[in-house]
Amino acid sequence: MGITQLLFWFLTVLTLGSALMVIFSKNPIYSILWLIVTFFAISGHYILLNAQFLAIVNIIVYAGAIMVLFLFVVMLMNLNMPASPVKKKWMPFAGIISGGCLLLVLIAALKDTEAMRRELLMKSGDIGLINNLGMVLFKDYILPFEISSVLFLSAMVGAVVIGKKN
Amino acid sequence: MTLLALDWAFTLEKIILIAIIISISLVVAMYATYAERKVAGFMQDRIGPNRAGPFGILQPLADGLKLFFKEEVIPNHSNKFLFILGPCLAMLTAMMTSAIIPWGGKVELGGRIVDLQVADINIGILYIFGVVSLGVYGMMIGGWASNNKYSLMAALRGASQAISYELALGIALIALLMLTGSLSLRTITDQQIQGNWWNIVYQPLGFLIFFICSLAECNRAPFDLPEAESELNMGYHQEYSSMKLGFFLFAEYINMFISCTVIATLFLGGYDMPFVDEAGLSGITALLVGLLALFGKTFFLIFVFMWIRWTLPRFRYDQLMNLGWKALIPLALLNMVITGAVVLFTMK
Amino acid sequence: MDALTQRAALVDRRPMNWLERIYLWEIAKGMGITLKHFFKKKVTIQYPEQTRPFSPVFRGLHVLNRDEEGRERCTACGLCAVACPAEAITMEAAERLPEEENLYREEKYAARYEINMLRCIFCGLCEEACPKDAIYLSETFAPANYSRKSFVYSKDNLLIPDPVKDPENYAKAKGLIDKKKKLNS
Repeated sequence: MGITQLLFWFLTVLTLGSALMVIFSKNPIYSILWLIVTFFAISGHYILLNAQFLAIVNIIVYAGAIMVLFLFVVMLMNLNMPASPVKKKWMPFAGIISGGCLLLVLIAALKDTEAMRRELLMKSGDIGLINNLGMVLFKDYILPFEISSVLFLSAMVGAVVIGKKN
Repeated sequence: MTLLALDWAFTLEKIILIAIIISISLVVAMYATYAERKVAGFMQDRIGPNRAGPFGILQPLADGLKLFFKEEVIPNHSNKFLFILGPCLAMLTAMMTSAIIPWGGKVELGGRIVDLQVADINIGILYIFGVVSLGVYGMMIGGWASNNKYSLMAALRGASQAISYELALGIALIALLMLTGSLSLRTITDQQIQGNWWNIVYQPLGFLIFFICSLAECNRAPFDLPEAESELNMGYHQEYSSMKLGFFLFAEYINMFISCTVIATLFLGGYDMPFVDEAGLSGITALLVGLLALFGKTFFLIFVFMWIRWTLPRFRYDQLMNLGWKALIPLALLNMVITGAVVLFTMK
Repeated sequence: MDALTQRAALVDRRPMNWLERIYLWEIAKGMGITLKHFFKKKVTIQYPEQTRPFSPVFRGLHVLNRDEEGRERCTACGLCAVACPAEAITMEAAERLPEEENLYREEKYAARYEINMLRCIFCGLCEEACPKDAIYLSETFAPANYSRKSFVYSKDNLLIPDPVKDPENYAKAKGLIDKKKKLNS
């Protein structure tokens, strides 16, 4: 067991543990902080896969920007008020059904990668490096890339329209 | 177990380097507080601190000692863990950036080639960006955990300010990256040493935007809204005392030092001494000249930071946001488009 | 209406031009001003070592005067206490004993003489009221202290050093008194 393996297991335990803590924390602030820890662990995994660009972008975008906004919102909420327990009977069922659907989709998506798993290389793959990623994004996947940017643009316009109303 | 297969000499070298860099950052930050008070004094026709030691050079030690011996106060209704975590995070993120700054070229010391950069990762600039974007957490968590509305307000202000100015900072960087074609700070410095001009000549607007955004990211005047004394008492560190307050204040000065070093590296040629041909110098001399150049540039930039602080009044919050979103981001975008066009048409 | 002084300047309320609106040039000008001050002569006076010269009419802490032979001049007549608008002065008189002739000038003297420096307004009326030249306001001021009691100055604090035994300190404490006397006459 080399140092890479050790790191892998450490990061895996950290990822899963902190992800569970996100769910089980009573205080939403703690949930967010655990989520940040999760993102860092995932970035660690990316680095193990030699995908440094993905790792740092994960940190910049998720840990650095989105989680700050999450914190923003949660901090502005009045957490001292006891949350009124809205417990409807159909809520657990809805949760189970939607969660199950997500699980199904994930399994369906990842089922075919089984064959590729043997090719997964630790520390030597180079698909996550910025050069290769840029080539792939702007040559092979240029259309989806541009479409997704249009999606972001429309979301921004929508936000401005909503903000302008009042 | 193949744990022992690590290159121990290499690890040791890096650990020593990290220790040296951290202690240098701390000393520089300490004396930045002294310099700040001296500069403030001189610009207001005063002398500044001059009682502790000759010319007052022991003043930072006295200040630090005072902070150490102050009573530690943790507010009653605050979240104790997060309250302590806040300043720790601020200090950590302030220290982390120094890892990828090339402090000098490679030198041969005792038969080993020693790299004066802790880690030459190929995403250097993005790493800085990532750490900067994490720098908000110390402030936000500290401000929230203080359970004080002024602190919370300051934390929110600081966070939104940091996020807003990060955008312009990033776009200004992208224009620079188009020219250099590399994210590694080492490569960027080498290009400036080999080329005739520093990057500031090619990117004057980018430099200006980057500089202004660094001021905002460091919470320096005129962008020191998060600690605006006149409206928020002391901002996010209002409830802090003792060394926890010291950590916050210290982190600010370390941030200033590191961001000045980054600016010097990106735009002012890093450890490139002007009018001197480094290739002709022997190992140690080249190292010393390089360090002198880098620290000279950095200290000059720190002086400019202070100079600006003691000249300009603080922005109002809406002015701050207007400047960030309506002036700097469009300018940075323009700069990026122009640079892109020039790169496309000239460097094919 | 004429201006009161020649220093008044009209406020320029023209709309900002392009150069002023981008601020950068104005900021550079402002920074030039601060840089100029950076090299200017400093106005600081290093206080405990250097002091500013006092004006001859400055009214500071009181001094109980002695004559040339070192005898206290005060006869405890109480005129200063009557004159004092702040009622800061209290005293107790005592009769001089035959063997004390070298200590007190007249046959009556102040056994206790106290001035509450927290009440005193340093108006100098006591100095004017005194028929015996016994009380003067010097050019020092009351140093800060921790207790109120310590601001009630008794004879120990007020008496001027003996001109026979300690002429140096006497001259120092006397300071501007002679000059002041000349000014008043």
